[in-house]
Amino acid sequence: MKIDSGDFLAIMGENGAGKTTLAKQLNGLLKPSLGKVTVDGDDTTKKSVAQLSRRVGIVFQNPDHLLFSETVKEEVGFALKNFGFEPDVVVKQVERTLEALDLAHYADTSPFLLSGGERKRVALAAVLAWEPDYLVLDEPTIGQDYQQKERLRNFILQLNSQGKAVVMVTHDVEFVAECNPKVVLMSKGRIVAQGQADEILSDDDLIQKASLVKPQMAKLFSQLGEFGLPRDVVDVHRAKMLLEEKLSEVKIRVAQSS
Amino acid sequence: MSLRVLNGFKFSSLRTPVHRLDPRAKFMLVIGIIVPSLLFTNVYLLSGLLLVQVPLLLVGRVARRWVQSLRAGVFLSALIFVVNFFTGPLANAVALTLRFLLLMTAFSFFFMTTSPDDLGLAIDKVGFIRWLSRRWLGYPNALSFTFTTAVRLVPTMAVDAQTVVDAQRSRGLELDKGNLLKRVRNYIPILIPLLLIAIRRSLELAEALEARGFPGKEGRTSLFELRFKLVDYALLGISLAGIVLSFWVFFHYRVPTI
Repeated sequence: MKIDSGDFLAIMGENGAGKTTLAKQLNGLLKPSLGKVTVDGDDTTKKSVAQLSRRVGIVFQNPDHLLFSETVKEEVGFALKNFGFEPDVVVKQVERTLEALDLAHYADTSPFLLSGGERKRVALAAVLAWEPDYLVLDEPTIGQDYQQKERLRNFILQLNSQGKAVVMVTHDVEFVAECNPKVVLMSKGRIVAQGQADEILSDDDLIQKASLVKPQMAKLFSQLGEFGLPRDVVDVHRAKMLLEEKLSEVKIRVAQSS
Repeated sequence: MSLRVLNGFKFSSLRTPVHRLDPRAKFMLVIGIIVPSLLFTNVYLLSGLLLVQVPLLLVGRVARRWVQSLRAGVFLSALIFVVNFFTGPLANAVALTLRFLLLMTAFSFFFMTTSPDDLGLAIDKVGFIRWLSRRWLGYPNALSFTFTTAVRLVPTMAVDAQTVVDAQRSRGLELDKGNLLKRVRNYIPILIPLLLIAIRRSLELAEALEARGFPGKEGRTSLFELRFKLVDYALLGISLAGIVLSFWVFFHYRVPTI
């Protein structure tokens, strides 16, 4: 498996498939007992977690596992201080990150007073602040409402366009379908398939194997196959386009026949 | 890491003769080992008591985990040895270190081979505890339930602790860096989330209990009933005899350290 800069990758699979274990290998929290993991050519067994984390930022699933500071500002600055940034750079980076994640008005609030979704964004900000080249998100969409998910999606795409790689560990099939990233499908500790989301998520066998549920659009289009529509459609936008095309085709045909 | 020690107290769900012993009889055995080890400092006796437990650990198939937890306890044993070496004779230092290892082994043997459920049932059967619980907390099962919950939460807390350590290490926290004061301060980002998780969990637990009608009525029944088997009676007898003998020897003879 290889992750390039600018990649957008989703790791999917059933509970206990080894998704989080794989994610923890990326910044050296876990070292491989077999095989090799390299980050920019450096073997993870030869570098410390702190050194690797500078490049690979992991956002953990549950924000409660990392929030401890008195204010959101301090929380976000914590890692920057650990990595030895200059004080004025810390202040600037914290401000920028909070702004980007719509948290600026909470800068002086205690992170424990925030709602679950907001805490999750603070956790994300705490990692984004040092601008790692590779960002790993463990279940980023849990507890987020639709708007926040949309915002997260745009944010990830924006990071991608800056050349950052984003790896997402998730169960959220619909979210993956909307983003259409590369998908690495795991089952029982092994990678069972890799490919673009629309290929993987519309494949009945693979879906079954990884005990996922097909995204709604894929379900719809697997039943529309007899009308000459492709089966590998998972996101709403492409579905809309294809259906509009089909409709106008039908309209013309109806107009001609009458 | 210090968390390895906890591994030696985690229950492993196996079906061995040792696991099937009645918790009450097994606990009496542990007392039967602890009493003489606290009464005497004879090196031969202590080594003997330690060795007696090895076959039990082997039969219970927990010997490997026991060795692991011992390895984690090396630092504390070394500390005990050094302190006693400089304050008294060598034999005494050896005896006290052995005593520490012995206590640790006995308790870890008990907790590794007794399921929290069985333990709860066993405590429920002890009349004195029921009486005390009624007097103190107004309900005969409350005390045993508190104890079972505490024991049950240890592994969960260990998992949480590991996740918190991972999360903070991913943010560039280096636990074993800096001078002594700095190292102690390094633990703040770990302890605060852990503490908050524990508090939050206990509140949730209380709500869940109330939602399920705790404490309920007096005569609670259980699916599995503990019953003494022949082995259990034998074990109980031997342990009690050992304890009585220890006290008798303690009050009538002076046993040398070596």
